[in-house]
Amino acid sequence: MKTMLTALYEQANLRPNAQAFCDTNETLTFSDVERIAESAGTALLRRGARREAILILHERCAREIALFFAVWKAGCFYVPVDAEMGENRIRSILDRVKPRFAIADAGGRALLEKYGFSGELLDPDALTAQAPDMQALDAIEAQTLDTDPTYLVFTSGSTGAPKGVVGCHRAVVDYANQISKTLRVDSTDVFAMQAPLYVDACLKEILCALMCGSSAVLVPKKLFMTPVPLVQFLNEHRVTALCWVVPALTLISALHTFDEVVPQYLRTVAFGSEVFAPKQLRIWQQHVPARYINLYGPTECTGMSCFYEVDRTFADGERIPIGRAFDNTEIFLLDENDRRADEGEICIRGTALCHGYYRDPERTAKVFVPNPLNPDYPETIYRTGDLGRRNARGELEFLGRKDDQIKHMGHRIELGELEAAAKTVEGVDAACAVFERERSILGLVYTGSIERAALLTALRAKVPEYLLPKMSRRVDALPLTQNGKTDRKAATALLFG
Amino acid sequence: MEQLLEILRELHPETDFEKETALVDHGILVSFDIVMLITRIEEEFDVVIPAKDITPAHFNSAKSLYALIASLEEQDD
Repeated sequence: MKTMLTALYEQANLRPNAQAFCDTNETLTFSDVERIAESAGTALLRRGARREAILILHERCAREIALFFAVWKAGCFYVPVDAEMGENRIRSILDRVKPRFAIADAGGRALLEKYGFSGELLDPDALTAQAPDMQALDAIEAQTLDTDPTYLVFTSGSTGAPKGVVGCHRAVVDYANQISKTLRVDSTDVFAMQAPLYVDACLKEILCALMCGSSAVLVPKKLFMTPVPLVQFLNEHRVTALCWVVPALTLISALHTFDEVVPQYLRTVAFGSEVFAPKQLRIWQQHVPARYINLYGPTECTGMSCFYEVDRTFADGERIPIGRAFDNTEIFLLDENDRRADEGEICIRGTALCHGYYRDPERTAKVFVPNPLNPDYPETIYRTGDLGRRNARGELEFLGRKDDQIKHMGHRIELGELEAAAKTVEGVDAACAVFERERSILGLVYTGSIERAALLTALRAKVPEYLLPKMSRRVDALPLTQNGKTDRKAATALLFG
Repeated sequence: MEQLLEILRELHPETDFEKETALVDHGILVSFDIVMLITRIEEEFDVVIPAKDITPAHFNSAKSLYALIASLEEQDD
């Protein structure tokens, strides 16, 4: 199988009327998805799209997923963007990619016009109204290579400029194989999707549907404020599987939700992106009998790379392992001298590696490097910047970061990105972003003339909500190290005491 | 009430909590804020907020949130 479009075609033939993706407004069957992909794919070809980036700025919905496949049908790759990413991020994506085409709904069109987008705006309804040209689509399919790009997913960059991770078909196909096998998905499974569609986290549910004929329901974001209706939603849709970020699971367990209502159909609960507190996992285990799976993996290696199926009870303070690599992926640890070790930087090799960062050779070369353990022929590995170790049972454990990257509210954030955004606010002279891991609080210490309230208002317009500091303090001067650099440790102490 | 306002202002200094009556509907309080906010309230006021009471109606304003806390404190006594 060269691309996942083959799997979509097979599902559309095998179970045309089965539900594939649904949101609160619309349910798409596998044949609906195939039809939208063929129509909109043909329309893109007619407009002249060729092996290029197609921006998609659309309200998060089932139809948007079908549009991703339309972009592949046209031999192109999609760049998913959402209004909630904030102005800074969207502008820098437009800047870096300069797409000729953007598929946008009414809200998306207004936003792109405001940001001075100069390419052609395509209306999704007009695209899907196009009659499919199977001959043209088949010709494109025949030319597509499994090394061709699938998407650009942007992730936080420490300078403030985000990095565009270039995914490719063979890595996506490999991921579809591995994730569906690990989660043991079959066609009776119903996923509740929590992730936004502009991050690679949403691939799990999408790829399992194509691979196994399972279905996915998009959970409205608002429900992640009200845990009882959230669990009721899972029961109404007879949801059997969750792949959620840790804060979403914690929302349910920490707020005494199981006293009122318990998910009735869950068989699989996978979690990732952050460290799950053993106490919260235990609450889940006590109330919901399911397989619990800890997933770990960087966007640069296409979704997840590593898994641990919980097989014991963890006491407070114990680490839940990240386990072992997926089949067809190797994970190894390198010490400071680039020697194989039982504790060190987590490095990954295999088909799962993406192509690097879009139009960014410098930052690509820093982390996509020749394998130091292989002197014999060129082989690229990805250095995650994460630190790990092998425990006595041989399981991998995540220890922390080599740098200032954090995970907050399910998102990967470089503290430098918040600092860069703060410094673009008038009245801010210097800024230091800090993070308290214990309670997962993102904070900002800054100098300048602007009040905290005004700073937060200004930031709100520029950055996504997960990047907004939950605690902030204005100081006369930032603490410095002996070398004259901002002393992040001291700044953390200033804010959190 | 002052104690509650302090907790809220720490999270969102840019918001006028005495006036704002659509904290949830206007997207000022966002999804995962709510865990931190409730944990703080439970610690500071020594109450347990039942999950069924976590509704936009209770969390849309400082006033309605305070009324909820007060009613929980009463039940406790």
